[in-house]
Amino acid sequence: MSIALLGQYLVNGLMLGMMYGLVAVGFTLFFGVLDVIKFSHGDVLTVGAFTGFATYLAIQATMSVPWLQLIIVSIAAMLAMAALGALIARFLVLPLRSAPALNTLLITLMLGTVLRESVRLFFPDGSNPKPFPALLPRDAFTFGLFTLRLDSVILFIAGIAVIVAVNVVINRTKLGLAIRAVAQDGETARIMGINFTFVVLVTFAIGSALAAFAGVMNGLYYNEINFGMGLLLGVFGFSAAVVGGLGNIYGAILGGFLFAALQTIGAAALPFASAYKDVFALAVIIAIMTWRPTGLIAEKTSERV
Amino acid sequence: MSAAAPTRLPALVCAAVATVYSILFLHAESQLAVGALLAAAAAGLVLAARFGVIARTRDSIGAHPTMFDVAAVVGVLAAAIVLRQQHFAVLMMTTAMLLMVASLGLTVQFGFAGVVNFAGSAFLGIGCYTAAVVTKYTDLPPLLSLPLGGLVAALIGSILILPVLRTRGHYAALITIAFGILFKTFLEVNDTLGGPQGMQVKPIIALGWNFGRPFRVWDFAASFYFSYLLLALALLALAFVLVRRLERSWIGLSLDAIRLDETASACYGLDIARWKVFAFTLGNFLAGCAGAVYGHVLGFIAPNNFTFADSLVLVSIVLLGGIGNVWGVTVAAAFVVILPEKLQIIQEYRFAFYAVLVILILLFRPEGLLPRPLREYLPGWRAKSS
Repeated sequence: MSIALLGQYLVNGLMLGMMYGLVAVGFTLFFGVLDVIKFSHGDVLTVGAFTGFATYLAIQATMSVPWLQLIIVSIAAMLAMAALGALIARFLVLPLRSAPALNTLLITLMLGTVLRESVRLFFPDGSNPKPFPALLPRDAFTFGLFTLRLDSVILFIAGIAVIVAVNVVINRTKLGLAIRAVAQDGETARIMGINFTFVVLVTFAIGSALAAFAGVMNGLYYNEINFGMGLLLGVFGFSAAVVGGLGNIYGAILGGFLFAALQTIGAAALPFASAYKDVFALAVIIAIMTWRPTGLIAEKTSERV
Repeated sequence: MSAAAPTRLPALVCAAVATVYSILFLHAESQLAVGALLAAAAAGLVLAARFGVIARTRDSIGAHPTMFDVAAVVGVLAAAIVLRQQHFAVLMMTTAMLLMVASLGLTVQFGFAGVVNFAGSAFLGIGCYTAAVVTKYTDLPPLLSLPLGGLVAALIGSILILPVLRTRGHYAALITIAFGILFKTFLEVNDTLGGPQGMQVKPIIALGWNFGRPFRVWDFAASFYFSYLLLALALLALAFVLVRRLERSWIGLSLDAIRLDETASACYGLDIARWKVFAFTLGNFLAGCAGAVYGHVLGFIAPNNFTFADSLVLVSIVLLGGIGNVWGVTVAAAFVVILPEKLQIIQEYRFAFYAVLVILILLFRPEGLLPRPLREYLPGWRAKSS
């Protein structure tokens, strides 16, 4: 295998890992505060990407500076999904607090279908893939045979910045303290005067905004978005969160990269190559879950957010 | 409740009304007629509930279950004979009955044993593709694809046994979701199985009888789906009897116990792993059998028939029918299959429509539209409710 190809795999794997990590952080945050899995998370990502795309179409005529467009697109997508995430928590997840866990799972699965189908049906020509605008500079550095695109570098740095920002919010602010308190013990947190509902809603908003960011990132990297993109990303993101131990932010990010690495190595090393790469990745999920049913870092001993 | 034993009449009337209504509904052409029929059904149900007709009918059916089963089969046959020349109506009835079989399979897994399976359409698809492979690559008699479809589905499902046993809750859900997507992705990239274009399934030919030809016995002529309708009805009757016998037996009791409290049932000596494996395998077998017939009926299958959304529709059927309620699931399957075909407004929106419906049910009536009745330990014995 040539160095160029290897480099390409490496860059691709890092980008995938970043996206999985961002989705996984959302799963892990939700699980931390409410002990629920929100299966519609991947589809929130899709809706976020499409919101960004719609925003781009709306401002395209009045504004021509790409980086300004990009900032507006990202902010619009993240704000809209933060609101959507809070709404989901308020009206679908919180009312089922006392119901069996299975009901939460079902309701979010069905909500995912509603979101996915809404994008397909109500976005103009939504059943076909849409070309996502290239808003980042397309320069490329060439190191011998290996080319590195500038936009990949920018996306990667932006991803790290977002993760660091989330980390700061969780670990250094009063809000983060409240989130951690609720994650540790909701009942006690309430007694200490923490507004439980508010903290849950904010957590869902943060997680969903991260998904929107990952969706825009996905669109910018592949230059294409479609209504089904969130389904696989959601499954992979959840697996990454599980592999890293649910409720643990560092674990989720680590799980994202680990998972992307496995997938990339599988695609690169297996003889029947890229056609079966998703089949391989899904089989790996099933195998890992069988081997360690609650993740590599077991659920009980894992440190909550 | 009246002291006297419930008579047979309400159950028979119920079967007759349902039959006539189904015929009218399947026959209705204009959207206006379909809408009017739906409104009539809603009004009828509200009135029936108001005047206690439903409770009396339920008691009557509960007191004479065998008679009601026979009446239901006769009703389906009567509807089929009336509509025999309308290909589309016969096809819809056949599809509905096959999905009923698959949903019964899911009921055993999900409703009885509490094993979640979000890959229902994948197991249906395994049956379909088995039928396609049997007719395309082998000289085996095509009718054999029916049991083979079930066996292959059960066999492939057994790969998932270990993962499903070792995980629970969200994690088990993730595994079956991953498997459902894996199955569809695999079909899309595998050239032997036709890739994204799919495969042709040749009709069943048994004892010189070609199921794909127009049905003709003496002067009785019917649609070319009619043979499949009879086959589907036979399969449904078998599956129904099997599942209901199972529910009433000590096996069903064990499965219920395991669903409700694993720890307690283990303390009482139930082998949890064994019964979960049993329910999971039996459910997949039923889905696979239904899938094999479904493949023959469709004549052409493609990976897009077996998406994750289709799996969720199967789960919706089980939820709409009231988890574990065998009759409820049957009614819900008919509703879910036939409604979008007749009401064109929701045809395109059906996945979203059912998803919204399930969300509303989970929010406002979590036990399902037709909750599963309490188990009757002795014939005629009723737990005092409320």
